[in-house]
Amino acid sequence: MSLQVFTFLLAGVIVVSGAIGVVLSKNPVHAALFLIQTLFGVAVEFLVVEAHFLAAIQVIVYAGAIVILFLFVIMLLGVDRAEDMRVEPIIGQRPAAIVTGGALLGLLLAVIASSDSLTGGRSQKGALDATDQLGAPLPNVNQLAESIFTDYVFAFEVTGLLLTVAVVGAVVMARRIPGALQPLPRTALDASREAAAEAALSEAAEDAADDGVDVDSAGEV
Amino acid sequence: MMLAQQEYLDDFTWFDGTWKTLWLGEDIVFLVLKVVLVFAMLLVSVMLMVWFERKVVSDLQNRIGPNVAGPWGILQTLADGIKLFFKEDLTPDQSDRFVFKLAPYLSLIPAFLMFSIVPIGGDFTNGDGSVEIAGQTTFLQLVDPPMGILLFLAMSGLGIYGVMLAGWASGSKYPLLGAVRASAQMVSYEAALGLSLAAVFLTSGSLSTNQIVQSQTDGAFFVGGWNVFSLGFIPFVVFLIAGTAELNRPPFDLVEAEQELVGGFHTEYSSLRFSLFFLAEFMNVVTMAAIIVTLFFGGPHGPILTDTLGGVWPILWFFLKVLVFLFIFVWFRATLPRLRYDQLMDLGWKLLIPFSLGWFLILASIQVGRDEGWNLFVVVGVGIVGMGLGAALLLGAIRTARLSRSESEIVEYS
Repeated sequence: MSLQVFTFLLAGVIVVSGAIGVVLSKNPVHAALFLIQTLFGVAVEFLVVEAHFLAAIQVIVYAGAIVILFLFVIMLLGVDRAEDMRVEPIIGQRPAAIVTGGALLGLLLAVIASSDSLTGGRSQKGALDATDQLGAPLPNVNQLAESIFTDYVFAFEVTGLLLTVAVVGAVVMARRIPGALQPLPRTALDASREAAAEAALSEAAEDAADDGVDVDSAGEV
Repeated sequence: MMLAQQEYLDDFTWFDGTWKTLWLGEDIVFLVLKVVLVFAMLLVSVMLMVWFERKVVSDLQNRIGPNVAGPWGILQTLADGIKLFFKEDLTPDQSDRFVFKLAPYLSLIPAFLMFSIVPIGGDFTNGDGSVEIAGQTTFLQLVDPPMGILLFLAMSGLGIYGVMLAGWASGSKYPLLGAVRASAQMVSYEAALGLSLAAVFLTSGSLSTNQIVQSQTDGAFFVGGWNVFSLGFIPFVVFLIAGTAELNRPPFDLVEAEQELVGGFHTEYSSLRFSLFFLAEFMNVVTMAAIIVTLFFGGPHGPILTDTLGGVWPILWFFLKVLVFLFIFVWFRATLPRLRYDQLMDLGWKLLIPFSLGWFLILASIQVGRDEGWNLFVVVGVGIVGMGLGAALLLGAIRTARLSRSESEIVEYS
């Protein structure tokens, strides 16, 4: 077994075990830690196929910024102590997640199996094959840079614009409107919570009626 | 011999072609030796750095400082280390035990890995920085991957987790506040750090640290090729400030502001786990100084005396330059008062990031102008006018925002 295959398998174990950990861990912070493990493993996989730049960006952007933001939200909202991950907030969320995950997996496998016909591109294994004027192989980083800033410069700029729009959107949403605070728009989660509270209330009322206690006072408790 | 070497290489064809220095060109034993050497060098430098910092700060404050352990107190760190070893190892009741124990390693390992890309020697004046030791041609750095300096950014990004998880896992509020402050600060300043790095990439045309050092040595007279001069000081100054903030060192040490947060994220740590944080922190200081030297001051390239003494001079030059920056970090600590949190964020987001972005754009347009043969004065003039307009817009926006905010606050509190 060559070292390349060995590294690939090792990183694969890291990725898959991390992914399972994200789903199964009960504490949100632990789940985020497993997510970092997965992202790091994916970075190693990128290194194995000589995509050095992608590997670095994977760690810098995903592990270094995005999961940090997840952790920020988890810590500042105190979700890790208050929320119980075993309770399903929206009914039917888990079956829906399983169906969607399965569908995505199928789609991914279909793309891999027929990459030429679906994406129109040729899948590349190992180092890219461009050479410089002297015939020496160029590093992947340089080839990627050339490709981004020549052939795909429009797509690249449009992506930048999209991100700017997203930032402006976030600023507008986070802006405080002068005057009294408006109530938040109702979501499906609110509806399910209210339904649950009502059900609990009516149950309490029934219990109270059974016990012969005044319904109103039981409701206040 | 040659044949045996070839067979051996065939077994270890990992990254064939591009990542030559890691496996193909070098013996595994040789590589392991390098790893051990870098490891030992970092540990010793941390030991000396702690002593150096305490000694210099005490000099600047008219004190004597550590003077008991060893000559001039140079073994003080060793004594402290032994003391930390024998202290009781506490685990708070409220803590998340596994994460609490994991966190120190999460900040230590990136600190180690970061140094692996720094070239500490080699003749860059007449060659490409490679040296020959025992029949092996090698660079005097652990690895020279094509992603080069991005490894530094990635590792400093991962180092945040150690701090953040330490604060969270302690299960008490001051560490948590310290951790949230630390990670917000490090994430914000990473942007400024990356932007000033981009200016370096622009002139060197490569991410590899070896190439960056090489690009600073060819052609120019004396030290004129060093990036600190050829990029016009601004990226260097931004990098120095952002780097100090990234290290959580004074004047940006509000992460562990004693008056407010006891000890910050490591309040609940003691004994060996605390010493691991301490080690990582000082290792990062040494690494940051080394990275600054590599990026902006030509690494091991010296102005004079480059090829006497058989390759020792570049190494001496490198350590001399690193020492200057270590002194500057200590000097900052002894001189500057700590920033307030809002001042810190204002400096990062409203000054350093726009400034380094603007400077980067000007450098890029000069580069394009040179390639296309445009008149340099026109390019620079248009660039400066454009930057002026951008700055005016930004300042106007900040002013308007401040005015409307204070108005709404008046409405609210009246």
